[in-house]
Amino acid sequence: MPDPDETPVLSVRDLNVRFGRNSIPAVSNVSFDVGRERIGIVGESGSGKSTTGRAIMRLLPQRAGVTAERMDFLGSPLLEKTERQMGDLRGKDIALIMQDPRYSLNPVLTIGKQVAEAAKLHLGVHGKEALARARDMLVRVRINDPDRVLSLYPHQISGGMGQRVMIAMMLLARPKLVIADEPTSALDVSVRRDVLVLLDELVRENNSGLVLISHDIRMVAAFCERIMVMYSGRVVETLTKLEDATHPYTRGLIAAMPDPKNPVRRLKVLDRKSIEAEINS
Amino acid sequence: MIKVENLDVVYGSKGKTNHVVRGVSFSVDRGETLGIVGESGCGKSTVLRSLAGLEGGWTGSIMFEGKPVGKSRTRDELKLAQMVFQDPYGSLHPRHRIGTALAEPIRSMGAGDGWSRVADALTQVGLPAHFASRFPHELSGGQRQRVAIARALILSPPILLLDEPTSALDVSIQAEVLNLLADQREERNLTLILVSHDLSVISHMCDRVLVMQNGVFVDELSKQDLQAGVTHASYSRELFEASFF
Amino acid sequence: MSNIAHNDAIIRPPAIGTRILNSTSRVLRKLADEPLGMAGFMILAILVLVAIFAPLIAPYDPAAQTLSDALQPPTLAHLAGTDEFGRDIFSRLVYGTRITIQTVMSVSVIVGPIGLVIGVVAGFFGGRTDAILMRATDIVLSFPSLILALAFAAALGAGLGTAIVAISLTAWPPIARLARAEALVVRNADFVAAARLYGASPLRILFLYIAPMCIPSVIVRLTLNMAGIILTAASLGFLGLGAQPPLPEWGAMISSGRKFMLDYWWVAVMPGVAILLTSLAFNIAGDTLRDLLDPRHARS
Repeated sequence: MPDPDETPVLSVRDLNVRFGRNSIPAVSNVSFDVGRERIGIVGESGSGKSTTGRAIMRLLPQRAGVTAERMDFLGSPLLEKTERQMGDLRGKDIALIMQDPRYSLNPVLTIGKQVAEAAKLHLGVHGKEALARARDMLVRVRINDPDRVLSLYPHQISGGMGQRVMIAMMLLARPKLVIADEPTSALDVSVRRDVLVLLDELVRENNSGLVLISHDIRMVAAFCERIMVMYSGRVVETLTKLEDATHPYTRGLIAAMPDPKNPVRRLKVLDRKSIEAEINS
Repeated sequence: MIKVENLDVVYGSKGKTNHVVRGVSFSVDRGETLGIVGESGCGKSTVLRSLAGLEGGWTGSIMFEGKPVGKSRTRDELKLAQMVFQDPYGSLHPRHRIGTALAEPIRSMGAGDGWSRVADALTQVGLPAHFASRFPHELSGGQRQRVAIARALILSPPILLLDEPTSALDVSIQAEVLNLLADQREERNLTLILVSHDLSVISHMCDRVLVMQNGVFVDELSKQDLQAGVTHASYSRELFEASFF
Repeated sequence: MSNIAHNDAIIRPPAIGTRILNSTSRVLRKLADEPLGMAGFMILAILVLVAIFAPLIAPYDPAAQTLSDALQPPTLAHLAGTDEFGRDIFSRLVYGTRITIQTVMSVSVIVGPIGLVIGVVAGFFGGRTDAILMRATDIVLSFPSLILALAFAAALGAGLGTAIVAISLTAWPPIARLARAEALVVRNADFVAAARLYGASPLRILFLYIAPMCIPSVIVRLTLNMAGIILTAASLGFLGLGAQPPLPEWGAMISSGRKFMLDYWWVAVMPGVAILLTSLAFNIAGDTLRDLLDPRHARS
């Protein structure tokens, strides 16, 4: 659905990330726009997809050299902001959902305390009001008995529920840009779809933009309107449907995945030499 | 080749017990590849470890080639089944060179020097022989997993047990490793049991799949079933739908 | 023919000597980035050199008494002054490094392997073995080391050897505890499970798989302990239970210098400074070693 609002939520031109004295950049000349839509970034390990997400959030360590011709959030340049200003944005206007709730939730605080803290920080409410908002958000992420969950600790809940709590905390303030970095990789197969559907719903409801980062190209293709495929720090192709893939890497990636409907004796393996040649040409 | 009857594993004691595997029975023919699919905590890894001899708390009966095996295994019994683990970073000793790691099985068995087979073992899994002098941290995840496979096969076991062998690998590397396994299987006429949560990997590699939930098998699917998308239980239906977008 | 020989050279790991050399050179290269640690190691290196070349460095015979020169303050002729018998304190300090190094090395060589073996066995086998070994460790830990050393010296007679045995007896429990903690973690690793699968005996697993993983922490702990060992040895010497006169043991030197503290401060202070510097060097070196060897503790 075309959005009347012209300013893209995120606009990136020629993003480069270089770690230390390494000659090969982790992210190389990446450019894309995110409107009120869902876009996916797909790649294998070392492709630079997670680094891109963190570069946008300005969460990379000092020694990482992040440069870009443009990196604007709703028209406002992110690279020029101070750490304090970024701190104000994070969680409130831009949210990052990470992979494993076992590690991203604070193990010594109850769920209630953590979600309420998000409410305090970003919505400016306190005490009972904050807890009430936390409870509302837990209901919103379809947790059935929110009162019980509020008093539990992260190790007492399942992975799927932990990820919902993470989404609750991050989307409480209705951020305009949501970056989800492998949000379902640590979850059981049967709960993955539910978590993604939930995320999708909330993002549409808030009229926000979603950047879904994953190694699972099929999952990303099912949920996103546009898919960017990354290899070795560069975007090699942008597509809307898997069938449209033309780049040898993308096609190789799709062919390498076993498909029960088309069983093969041997899976097609990537021809890395020709891919590298194509990319460097 | 393998016959399991009433395998039961209970963890914990007195008050808090966890009945991880609840009296499962199955058999695998020689040369067959059986898959066990299920989500985390369903007991599939425990079944595999009990078969391998790593898990001591099981009851029931396990038979290899018609002969029963017990909780602790003799050297000859251990030679029948070897295992490939999930984490390529954890299955190789960080301080042992690759050559040492590959020579260890034979040396531990007291079956000789071990070094003479190392070069061959490496080339069989598509790695250069000079990798023997490297340390595990100098290899990529895919290369480590190849070494793990080479190590498991070095004693020439007729049975190979695989616990999520490609879950930690990238898709393109996974394809290479799965091809390697298929080649080795054909060459050596191996009997495989593959445990995974990934239905697409399982359906690619296996002739038959057992679906496990909460310690019991709820469904059995043949290769044709998987191709056609046929399931016989609601849980396997759920799993199927969730796996394929 | 040569191909097979060449291949064999690649496949078999290099001899243990080469391996130790390789690890040491790797560690030394990383050391270059840590100036403070480098300083600590340099001081230790100097100490060892001084101990080895003591006869060449010390200007006087440490036992030579020149009563007419007694209690001289530090001058160019006597860099650290002289004691009540006219002996050159500097020379005595120099020869004293031999005793210090000897003590520290002997204790480490005894305590390291004993602590490692006990800890690794307890951690790996668990159950009753673990319980028995750990209770024994707890009992020894609860002894105040100095009192035990006193008891030993009283029983066996004072001397450097007794001091070493006494200190060793109470220095092993922390090493055992550390090795046990590491072993508890390592025994669950997949590579240990794999070893069990190919029939490795428990002893093989213990010494080829588990112990190598515990050695770096043990080395670090030993280095950090060394400062404490020096102080304990000095205390024993101070009490007259360590190295006997006329051996120039630093603690004994402080003890005899005590009487002259007010008017002739250098007799007690000089050996005190030596102890301070050495302990500090060991602590810094140990700290740096921990950062270098154990990636989990490393500062970024």
